[in-house]
Amino acid sequence: MDKNKKMLSINNLSIHYITEEGTVAAVQDMNLEVAEGETLGLVGETGAGKTTTALGIMRLIPEPPGKIVQGEIVFQGKNLLDMTTEQMREIRGNKISMIFQDPMTSLNPVIPVGEQIAEVIILHQNVNAREALERAAEMLEKVGIPPERIKEYPHQFSGGMRQRVVIAIALACNPKLLIADEPTTALDVTIQAQVLKLMNNLKKEFNTSMIMITHDLGVVAEVCDKVAIMYAGNVIEYTDKKSLFTEPRHPYTLGLFGSIPSIEDDEERLNPIKGLMPDPTNIPSGCPFHPRCPKVMEICSEKVPKDTEVSKGHFVKCLLYEE
Amino acid sequence: MHKYILRRLLLLIPVMLGVAFIVFTMMYFTPGDPAAIMLGEAASEHDVERLREEMGLDRPFIVQFSTYIKNLVVHQDIGRSYQSKKPVVTAILERFPTTLKLAALGVLVAVLLGIPTGIISATKQYSIFDSASMVAALLGVSMPNFWQGLMSIIVFSVWLGWLPSSGFSTPMHMILPALTIGTSSAAIITRMTRSSMLEVIRQDYIRTARAKGQKEFIVITRHALKNALIPVLTVVGLQFGYLLGGAVLTETIFSIPGVGRLMVDAIKQRDFPIVQGGVLFLAITFSFMNLLIDILYAFVDPRIKSQYK
Repeated sequence: MDKNKKMLSINNLSIHYITEEGTVAAVQDMNLEVAEGETLGLVGETGAGKTTTALGIMRLIPEPPGKIVQGEIVFQGKNLLDMTTEQMREIRGNKISMIFQDPMTSLNPVIPVGEQIAEVIILHQNVNAREALERAAEMLEKVGIPPERIKEYPHQFSGGMRQRVVIAIALACNPKLLIADEPTTALDVTIQAQVLKLMNNLKKEFNTSMIMITHDLGVVAEVCDKVAIMYAGNVIEYTDKKSLFTEPRHPYTLGLFGSIPSIEDDEERLNPIKGLMPDPTNIPSGCPFHPRCPKVMEICSEKVPKDTEVSKGHFVKCLLYEE
Repeated sequence: MHKYILRRLLLLIPVMLGVAFIVFTMMYFTPGDPAAIMLGEAASEHDVERLREEMGLDRPFIVQFSTYIKNLVVHQDIGRSYQSKKPVVTAILERFPTTLKLAALGVLVAVLLGIPTGIISATKQYSIFDSASMVAALLGVSMPNFWQGLMSIIVFSVWLGWLPSSGFSTPMHMILPALTIGTSSAAIITRMTRSSMLEVIRQDYIRTARAKGQKEFIVITRHALKNALIPVLTVVGLQFGYLLGGAVLTETIFSIPGVGRLMVDAIKQRDFPIVQGGVLFLAITFSFMNLLIDILYAFVDPRIKSQYK
């Protein structure tokens, strides 16, 4: 993993939302790394802090209520958190771009799709409007939409097509890092596979690093090199794909795998993880997972677990593995 | 699109007949005899009776109404003023440019004040500017038109002597009436723009625009405003219609010779044809305004355009 050039590293990052009901630690002491051309999967339930992480990297956390409390996000050797708004704008859409979850709402309904793609090209490349539109047409073709449809509006496209347009926008300036926030969640299954394949091909073509946010372990198996499992703002297990699938360690990860029904066994019911995600303003003391953990020990409610390297490059935040 | 416009224009016909019927009925039941008023207090009972007969006012309601409609449809004639003897159409068209100018200036004031204030309020929600403009907007809707008109005459004409208090001849004369008539619309447009804008800036596509690295100013003016203006446009159109009809008070306070004044005078004198014609005319203008707004919609919102086919 360390052989490749480092593209992004997140060190001790904490992002909080400060609301009247209390402070929500959406991301807590996060450490991640993405190398060039590598795909990192960010997995977790709704509310685990995946999207906040993504928006944090883009510096698009709405402030207030959001606040990056500590840590650094180093991209190509520079800390994004030290950059001015101006510098950040040059990176967004250009070197780091993002694909959002819901293609039905992430395109502007009153602007033709071609112009929406061209906009990002004009912003970051030295071209005039006409050339930008030509480039936009090429991008459309690349994501499998006939370029003649360049003047059409988002409502004239289906969900899958719109997500292709969003992908075209994200890839229009050959970004170094692509953040995909559940890009297939809002699509139906057959379209999901197409979109994933498309993203994978384009990623290879442009040698882009990627952070794939998902709650679908199937998607992880298909596209990721490394995986970080998040629970209540914490990365609780972080390793490469192979060891995640062959030797998952954290009880939560085990629970996730356990809740996938097996084709071989004759199961009548699913095996969910017991309990619910904790109230984000009232995270349990110690390990946030301890009230739901099947392997809970007495110490779990008192001591906050630290990252423990159980084997090379395999980190787990669980007291079971701490010395 | 053409088909849609044609259909909307055809729909105007029943609307007009309905308006004509309502106004005609109301005037028919209004107490006061036009014949008696025309002849003055000294006239004898007999003379009044003869004039009533001549004017057709003694005939039953149905006969009077169908004659009116027949003249309207067949001869495009809506009668002559009882007082000035001028054709109603001429009397109204003489006055209409003034009222149109007043209403247009009012809308201009409202749009120029309301939309920018609404946008800034929304982008700086809960700021001092936002609170101040919301208080101002509340005042603006709550102040009665005539009161505000009189107050502004006292302050700007009587005390300060900056602006003339009556007439509508020069731009100086137009300032106070335009502000008076435009204030409440400005307040309504401010609030509409603010709430519409607040909704739009939370949308995902605004985040997409920011994620492209777009400047915040462009995100607001290009991406948010075009979407936020769709509901605002409706309000602007409706306000324009209201101002055309509601110019009555402002015209009276500032002695402006517009359609509103014409109608108020006509009501006092029981000059039925002028009243009927005036209301009909305002109703047509109002409907045209609405049609215009609906057509404008298609240019702002492509989703609506596709529905018009």
